Amino acid sequence: MVVAQQQKAGTFQVLVGKIDDVLQYAIGDPLRYLANWGRLYSLWPVHLETACCSVEVGAAAGSRFDIERFGTLEAFGSLRACDLIIVMGTVTRKLAPRLKLIYDQMAEPKWVIAMGACSITGGLYFDSYNVLRGIDDIIPVDVYVPGCPPRAEALIQGIVLLQEKIRRMPTLSGR
Amino acid sequence: MRMTLESEYSPDADRIMAVSLGPQHPGAGHFRIRLWLDGDYVVKALPDAGYVHRGEEKMGEYRNYTQNVPHLERPVILDSSNILFAYSLGVDELMNSKVPPRAQYLRVIMSEINRIISHMYFIAIQGLFLGHTTMITWCMGDRDFWIDLGERIAGARVTFAYIIPGGVRNDIPEFAIEKGLKTCDWFEKRMGEYEKIFYDNPMVHQRSDGVGVLSRDDAIAFGATGTVARASGLALDVRKDEPYSSYSDFEFKTPVLTQGDSWARAYVALLDMRESIKIIRQALKGLPQGPVRLKLGPQPRVPAGEVYSRTEAARGEMSYHIVSDGSPRPYRLKIGVPSAKNLRALPHLLKNVHIADIPVIYWSLNYWPVEADR
Amino acid sequence: MDRAKAIADKITSKHPGTKLEWVKPRRLKVSAPASMIKDVALFARDSLGFDHISTVSGVDWIAKNALEVVYFVGSTVPGQEGFVLALSERVPRDNPVVSTLIGVWRGAEYHERETHEMFGLNFQGHPDQSHLFLPEDWNDLPPLRKDYVSPGR
Ligand code: SF4
Repeated sequence: MVVAQQQKAGTFQVLVGKIDDVLQYAIGDPLRYLANWGRLYSLWPVHLETACCSVEVGAAAGSRFDIERFGTLEAFGSLRACDLIIVMGTVTRKLAPRLKLIYDQMAEPKWVIAMGACSITGGLYFDSYNVLRGIDDIIPVDVYVPGCPPRAEALIQGIVLLQEKIRRMPTLSGR
Repeated sequence: MRMTLESEYSPDADRIMAVSLGPQHPGAGHFRIRLWLDGDYVVKALPDAGYVHRGEEKMGEYRNYTQNVPHLERPVILDSSNILFAYSLGVDELMNSKVPPRAQYLRVIMSEINRIISHMYFIAIQGLFLGHTTMITWCMGDRDFWIDLGERIAGARVTFAYIIPGGVRNDIPEFAIEKGLKTCDWFEKRMGEYEKIFYDNPMVHQRSDGVGVLSRDDAIAFGATGTVARASGLALDVRKDEPYSSYSDFEFKTPVLTQGDSWARAYVALLDMRESIKIIRQALKGLPQGPVRLKLGPQPRVPAGEVYSRTEAARGEMSYHIVSDGSPRPYRLKIGVPSAKNLRALPHLLKNVHIADIPVIYWSLNYWPVEADR
Repeated sequence: MDRAKAIADKITSKHPGTKLEWVKPRRLKVSAPASMIKDVALFARDSLGFDHISTVSGVDWIAKNALEVVYFVGSTVPGQEGFVLALSERVPRDNPVVSTLIGVWRGAEYHERETHEMFGLNFQGHPDQSHLFLPEDWNDLPPLRKDYVSPGR
């Protein structure tokens, strides 16, 4: 009898002790799904043009490719409202600290798309004295879109990939 | 790393506030303008370029004349044929090569197509900065028809790498000629609509008439070229002044306006495109037969010498100063880009203007930071 | 060619210290010693109509221990628009001091600033020789000098 009571209390304590796990199982998953679903189709990129790839971003936002169909709004000025940086090409030594600053100012969760050969490895400018060989040294990158410049379709594919990643994101907070 | 983000009041001039516009700003983009403001007025403005400086000129010294082709068109991806046109003219002159007539015509066709592509981007963003959403939606969409035409001729989407030393990279396919003529017809009608909805729009007139006026004398003194110079009454057009390639075969005019304001600078682009259409039509119809390139081999031998070649790119006079010492690689490769030539006018124009006029004036200079920084 | 030659003759006869480097159709290059370049420039602008600065270039002649600065000047005079005058001067590499020509062609300001940072040429009388294209903290050799080797190479 006593043993049984003790056992019961033990179970209860275990239950209380793992309450966040339980909640995680009970409502966390649907909540995460809901939150991620909400983020998925309202990506808002920062307006940061770094080099010539920005022309293709312009074309992708234009009426022919119309990137908004896939739930990405046009580039926007306020960093606080943005959750996506599309690094449009070469990052030079002068821009690199600014890029980091911009990334740090953005609110979590945030994602980065490295667009173009330049932002992935330095591309054509591998032997230039003023170009960073890839941006992943300074900020974490979620999706790489190769090309020089990538076609607008490639950028759209990159965004769809990123959305897939967001959909499967394991935590609520982002990273 | 020291960064200058002036945003504090200076104690001695309390009214003046120093602000930095860019590089992350919808009205600047890869470029920063340092502003000193008195209320809503700009007291002083200094451009801060170099966010896209990639050292093209140094890279040019590490590559031979053929290897230089792809990276040289990157600075001005909007206008990739024209920047290579000037380079090819320079190398051709150094090598004393006679480019076949069909290649000359194809060079002109591609150069004019690129001029239209570049101007379309220019007026699209000018529309955006004026709050005219129709213009950016239309122009960005219509620009793609020209890119498609270029793709049919050259095979790549925006970086055509079509004009190379010794001719052009490949011949034009037969169906592209037909498509080109059709695109010209369609676009001519389309430009009338732009005029109605954008250039004759009273809103656009109010926002850009008399804004950022550059006088003719200042345009000469600052060395302004291209659309900026022609909007200020300066009839400079390298295509007319020294008819390179086969430009002497075609009939076209150099549009010149005299107002010198933001509206005129945007309107010159439209008039320019009209002339481009004429040239493309004449060239497509009169295309001579023959080979399209000279065999230069992967490592062309270029005799020692010095050359200054120039073409009329979309933004103005594109020039190269190439010094060769007889080795396979250029000894010195200076790219004189039109955006850098027009940059000096910016601090002059941004004096005593409203803050809201800054993006309009800035973009009306047709300034492309990637090109200016090289 | 003849007309370019005629222009060149005018310069060399007016300023005997100058030397005609080469002349091509619509192009001519004249070199002047550092002491008289300003006079030559003023003469070219006021009397010959070369009033429209196109660009300023530099060349590092490391074997001859010289730095060359070349001003390319176009013209807006009707009938002469196609001509480009290249006005050059050479200074020793270890003491590269030249005087600015902003007083002659105002548009040369940013071009000279660029040449300053790329070659380390010091333009005396220039109002602002801070970096235009290079990052603010650049403390290496000027990149376009021949003895500067790009880190990727
Ligand atoms: S990847 Fe190519 S197009 Fe994109 S920024 Fe680099 S050079 Fe320009």
